[in-house]
Amino acid sequence: MKRRAKFVAGGGLILAVLGYLVYAGVSQSVVYFVTPAELLAAPAPGKTYRLGGMVQPGSVTWEPKTLDLRFTLSDGKASVPVRHKGTPPDLFGESRGAVVEGAWSGEGYFKASTILAKHSEEYKAPHDPDQAGYKELMKTLRGESPSR
Amino acid sequence: MIIGAPEIGYAITVVALALAVWGAVAAVTGARGGPAALLATAERAAVGVWTLITAAMLVLIHAFLTFDFSIRYVASNTNRGTPFYYRITALWGALEGSIILWAWMLGLYALIVVLRYRRRQPDFYPWVLAVMLAILAFFLLVMTVPAPPFERLSPVPPDGRGLNPLLEDSGMITHPVALYLGFTGFTVPFAFAVAALALGRAGDEWITITRRWTIIAWYFLSLGLLIGGWWSYHVLGWGGYWAWDPVENAAFMPWLTGTAFLHSVMIQERRRMLKLWNLTLIILTFGLTLFGTFLTRSGIIGSVHAFTQGSIGVFFLSFLAVVLLGSFSLLAWRVERLKGQGELDSIVSRESVFLLNNVFLVAASFTVFFGTIFPLLTEAARGTKVSVGAPFFNLVNIPLFLSLLFLMGVGPLIAWRRASLESLKRNFLKPVVAGLVAAAVLYAAGIANVLVLTCMALVVFVTGTMVLDFWRAVRARRRTGDGWMAATGGLLLRQNRRYGGFVVHLGILVVALGVAGSQAWSHQTEATLAKGESVELAGYRVRFDGLAASEESNHFKVTGTFSVAHGARPVDVLQPAKKFYPQEQSPIAYVDYRLGFIEDVYLVLGDFARDGSQATVKVQVNRMVSWLWLGGLVLTLGAVLAVLPDRRRPA
Repeated sequence: MKRRAKFVAGGGLILAVLGYLVYAGVSQSVVYFVTPAELLAAPAPGKTYRLGGMVQPGSVTWEPKTLDLRFTLSDGKASVPVRHKGTPPDLFGESRGAVVEGAWSGEGYFKASTILAKHSEEYKAPHDPDQAGYKELMKTLRGESPSR
Repeated sequence: MIIGAPEIGYAITVVALALAVWGAVAAVTGARGGPAALLATAERAAVGVWTLITAAMLVLIHAFLTFDFSIRYVASNTNRGTPFYYRITALWGALEGSIILWAWMLGLYALIVVLRYRRRQPDFYPWVLAVMLAILAFFLLVMTVPAPPFERLSPVPPDGRGLNPLLEDSGMITHPVALYLGFTGFTVPFAFAVAALALGRAGDEWITITRRWTIIAWYFLSLGLLIGGWWSYHVLGWGGYWAWDPVENAAFMPWLTGTAFLHSVMIQERRRMLKLWNLTLIILTFGLTLFGTFLTRSGIIGSVHAFTQGSIGVFFLSFLAVVLLGSFSLLAWRVERLKGQGELDSIVSRESVFLLNNVFLVAASFTVFFGTIFPLLTEAARGTKVSVGAPFFNLVNIPLFLSLLFLMGVGPLIAWRRASLESLKRNFLKPVVAGLVAAAVLYAAGIANVLVLTCMALVVFVTGTMVLDFWRAVRARRRTGDGWMAATGGLLLRQNRRYGGFVVHLGILVVALGVAGSQAWSHQTEATLAKGESVELAGYRVRFDGLAASEESNHFKVTGTFSVAHGARPVDVLQPAKKFYPQEQSPIAYVDYRLGFIEDVYLVLGDFARDGSQATVKVQVNRMVSWLWLGGLVLTLGAVLAVLPDRRRPA
């Protein structure tokens, strides 16, 4: 009986440590998905977000020499200027959906560390923003996975 | 009505489905004491089902080779420009075809089971056959209703859409094959477990019979995971091999529980313990292979709302529910007979080390499961979309994996029942010292990352225990007069189970070193270069020499030429490219890299000027990534050694 108690205690300890690891892991690494309107409603500088929207036509500037990429993401209600350091990914383009991960700089733009884009095994018809509408777009964006 | 390849293929599928259902029913009736002729019918049904699936596959391959675009699946996954061998492997390029491949392999395993166990295991065999045919029937049902590969496309388009360009790669030829051989392979031990429960002979026989099957399934699953990493590394152009993507996690979860099962059955064989636990583990492992397919194929990962769009998710989830409810009900019904005879005597014993190994592996599987479905849970419960991503998985799993490495050193050598202090000292003192010395040396050499340091020290410790053990065994054989070669060879072959396991462990260690090294020591930079300009990284100088455009069979390609030098010595010329496929809206990056034992130089072409005067390139020096692939080779050797027939015949 005494041995049994020992094993129960050991098992309990392992479970407790594991539970703590999972809890700490989730609370440290959870990233919320927001739309430009949601972000601008309560911008918290420095906090990591995934921001999704449509890349506004005419907003993209790309400086190959300095690797500075700037564009504006919009959800139809609000738009957020985004800055990123690095080549635009293959799936990135004007009038297309994009999700960026990064934080609000506090200086009027969103600083993106990663640009996420969808690459799916199945074929999707070209996305026409006028037809699909923002609502539909946002729905597909929320299911993005990292571009690799 | 037109009769063409789509109709022929569909008809074959339906007949195979009917035959599988009939075979399963006949096998169960035969197993429950029905007429012996029924069992013979079931056998013929199994052979028939496999033959029919083979025929269906050939019809589809023929359609791919002859560009028969009246089949929607062919039109969606190939076009007239697709190279010959990719037209064959396009067979498993998407959902419908991969279900055929899955069913075909399952049918093949069923066939081998018929041939092998018809006479040898007359009691288990009918039930095993029934279970395998029932599972086959499910996959054939999927092929007829929610994911029909032979759906007719009308009007017939002049050309197909083409294979997803990312899949035009040798990794995609081999990865699904290995992975599915692993997934379907676990069906065999699962079927034997169900048979054992149905018969009420839930003792140790099913474990002994399926030992090698488990190793084979485990090996192919491991290989599938590694090839998947290799594909990700050299195709996707992000320089990594594992991203904790739901698709990867789906295959990793059954691997973890399967690994736990592989170890815990040894305890049952030796000490008659953990009977209930082993049955639970194999049911979970099989369930997770189905769950993985559900996860990756139902679209639920994108969003919980996508789940309702196709019916495939409903099919898999319902079948999973049936499998789990059925198996666990059987388990509950037989629980009286599952009392273990052995007992845990001491915490310092092989049994408890194996038990801990199981706890950690199952815990890892659970955390991966949790992290994968957490976004779905929050979306369903609160409507907010969150992601947890790599930081979560790393934080939770790295401690578990490091603990498992430690146990890998202890487990094979520690005594059964109760280890004495004397034996602990004899087996572990030297390896522990070696590990500590390695840690000190590496620290002095400038490695400050605690996790990397711990991992490397543990690898040295585990290698030390294995070398020490093997060395002692060789010396003992030498005393009986064998030469060095004879002693080593004889030992490997005569105790192939034990030393096969050692070699597999060695493979895992090599992989672990690769993971730790690549995480700690890789470098990357990105630069825009004019012609003749260079960028430097980690001792390498990469010079942009120019761009060239070319027309390939099914795409247009822009290739950059970069010369790579190390110091003053020219090393290589690399040609990363961008491929433009007419059916894709975006170009596809084509990575070029120089494979090295210690480091790879890895180039991805980014943006470029149309006149070829400048190009943006991402340069990575990825250290020790090759060790992952090397580890896979070692793993293969170990697995082959471990499944060789047992040479130690009982006297």
